[in-house]
Amino acid sequence: MSIELKGVTKQFGDSAVVNNVTISVKEGELMALLGPSGGGKTTVLRMIAGLEMPTAGDIFIRGQRVNDLSVQQRNIGFVFQNYALFKNMTVFKNIAFGLKIKKWKRPDIQERIAELLKLFGLEGLERRYPHQLSGGQRQRVAIARALAPEPSVLLLDEPFGAVDAKIRQELREWLVTLHHDLNVTTIFVTHDQEEALEVANRIVIFSRGVLEQVGTPREVYEQPANEFVARFIGAMNVLDPEVRGEVARIGELEFPAPGHADGEKLRIGFRPYAVQISSDLTQYRYHAVLRHTFFLGVLLRVEMELPSGLTIRARMTKEEYSHQGLEDGKEVSLQIRQYRVLAREAAALPRESELGYQPPPVLGENI
Amino acid sequence: MVHQASQRGTEESPLAKWTLITIALAFCFVFLLLPLANVFAQALTQGWRYYCKSLLEPDSLASIRLTLVVAAISVPLNVLFGLAAAWAIAKFQFRGKAFLITLIDLPFSVSPVVAGLMLVVLFGLQGFFGKWLDAHDIKIIFAVPGIVLATVFITFPFVARELIPVMQATGTEQEQAALTLGANGWQTFWHVTLPSVKWGLIYGIILCNARAMGEFGAVSVVSRHIAGHTETMPLRVQALYEGTTASSAAAAFALASLLATLALFTLGIKTFLEWKQERAERLIVGRVDG
Repeated sequence: MSIELKGVTKQFGDSAVVNNVTISVKEGELMALLGPSGGGKTTVLRMIAGLEMPTAGDIFIRGQRVNDLSVQQRNIGFVFQNYALFKNMTVFKNIAFGLKIKKWKRPDIQERIAELLKLFGLEGLERRYPHQLSGGQRQRVAIARALAPEPSVLLLDEPFGAVDAKIRQELREWLVTLHHDLNVTTIFVTHDQEEALEVANRIVIFSRGVLEQVGTPREVYEQPANEFVARFIGAMNVLDPEVRGEVARIGELEFPAPGHADGEKLRIGFRPYAVQISSDLTQYRYHAVLRHTFFLGVLLRVEMELPSGLTIRARMTKEEYSHQGLEDGKEVSLQIRQYRVLAREAAALPRESELGYQPPPVLGENI
Repeated sequence: MVHQASQRGTEESPLAKWTLITIALAFCFVFLLLPLANVFAQALTQGWRYYCKSLLEPDSLASIRLTLVVAAISVPLNVLFGLAAAWAIAKFQFRGKAFLITLIDLPFSVSPVVAGLMLVVLFGLQGFFGKWLDAHDIKIIFAVPGIVLATVFITFPFVARELIPVMQATGTEQEQAALTLGANGWQTFWHVTLPSVKWGLIYGIILCNARAMGEFGAVSVVSRHIAGHTETMPLRVQALYEGTTASSAAAAFALASLLATLALFTLGIKTFLEWKQERAERLIVGRVDG
């Protein structure tokens, strides 16, 4: 294990920002700490770095308990959200800083920096000051600086937050490649679920300081541990039907609910891709009117209204949409292929109920 | 027509513009430039020779030396205090922070004469520590230490006041980055913190120095004006001016002109630094826009 947190808690005053969190990160992993803003993920990262002290619990780096080690002794590379480059130093001096502090010899520093400049595509910029760089270049300098002294782990706080959307996409791909080449254990914090799904090997999901789920992108997407994860990762239609005669009903929709007592309230969720639509009104059981169409590139999102007033979101490809001859205001028939009981009154979550399973695409869910 | 109307909405008429500019310039000329020029003119009424001679007269020379010594002690002390105070205020959260900021401003609001009297009350022969100091044969009031203390008190806010906003704007992330790269506290301060507040610090030092050399009120109370011993330049100027002969007045103006020259020199450096910093900032903005 490269990094382990055991029962780590951090309190500021009376409130626990991080509450009894246990995580292990394997050597060479690229892990995302994902959660809404204020979820405690940055605090976890800063505790691993030694910039914050845990109120309770232990932190291990490569098997060594580091609670009592200072930031300087932990041998970590940390990339701050706004990069925190030294304004008064050139790119070269920024990257050389950690090496000079560690008393590397001059030729070794030169060699190491030449190597990093090449790896990070920063050749020719070594005499520039941070304010003379673009956002993407700054980020690369920040990562090069953190990696220069060969740390055992690389920690990144919202690494893509400070650059615009187009560069963000490039940087994500670049980070994955870099991690593949260097194989340094890496943990990054993000509030963007799409980013976590795309970049990370494994994802840790936090909300309000509590660990909700740890898993691969596919696991957290397909088997969310609870309602929070299900709703946070990807989009979901959520309904609260009531059981009558072992069927959960809301409006005209019915979901089989064997074993559930009459009067019980369930919370049911289904992904937009699980809704099938046809312009042939006889094909599926339910009817609805198409209200809005949102173009998202290759994919489309449509909002439909059922006669009872329920609104359902669905997703389809552009080809399918035009093939069916769909447009706003058109009446369609639909079925829900697959759904999940997210919560019920006082009971654990059951396995996913399947009505004709098709493996969903994990990436690119953007609805 | 629409264009003209909107222009009138934001711009004053030429008459108002030129009236205001004339008033401002006339005011500066009458109250600032004219008296300053007069000081130099008066200083030279007895000729260049007398000008140099009066400056090299032993008591005047001693006052110049004392002023430089006082500045050389109080400015570094203020730098030290200013850095510590600005650091504490900008980078830490603690109880009584607002009170500390108010306290730093105290010398701005207290009359310098009152400041001098406070020192007399503390360290004078009849004062709080007077007996103990007398018993140990330490002289503070009516001696150089008192003058230094008075100057330190008066110049107290200058460096801290300049540094606090700069340090607050810089934040703590660069320092934290240095820590994660293995730097200890001193290395972080020397390589990261100090360079980032460099201009604010230099600016503060210049203002502090100007005030340290020019202070009259507080120093006057604690000095007793012993010619050749406890007279700083401003005190010496006054003593000479109160002398009866015309040549004495000329000597006063000679010393005053030297003091004014030091002030103008300081002002020049200040303006240069401001220009330089502004240029650096424009460069940054230009890069961001581009």
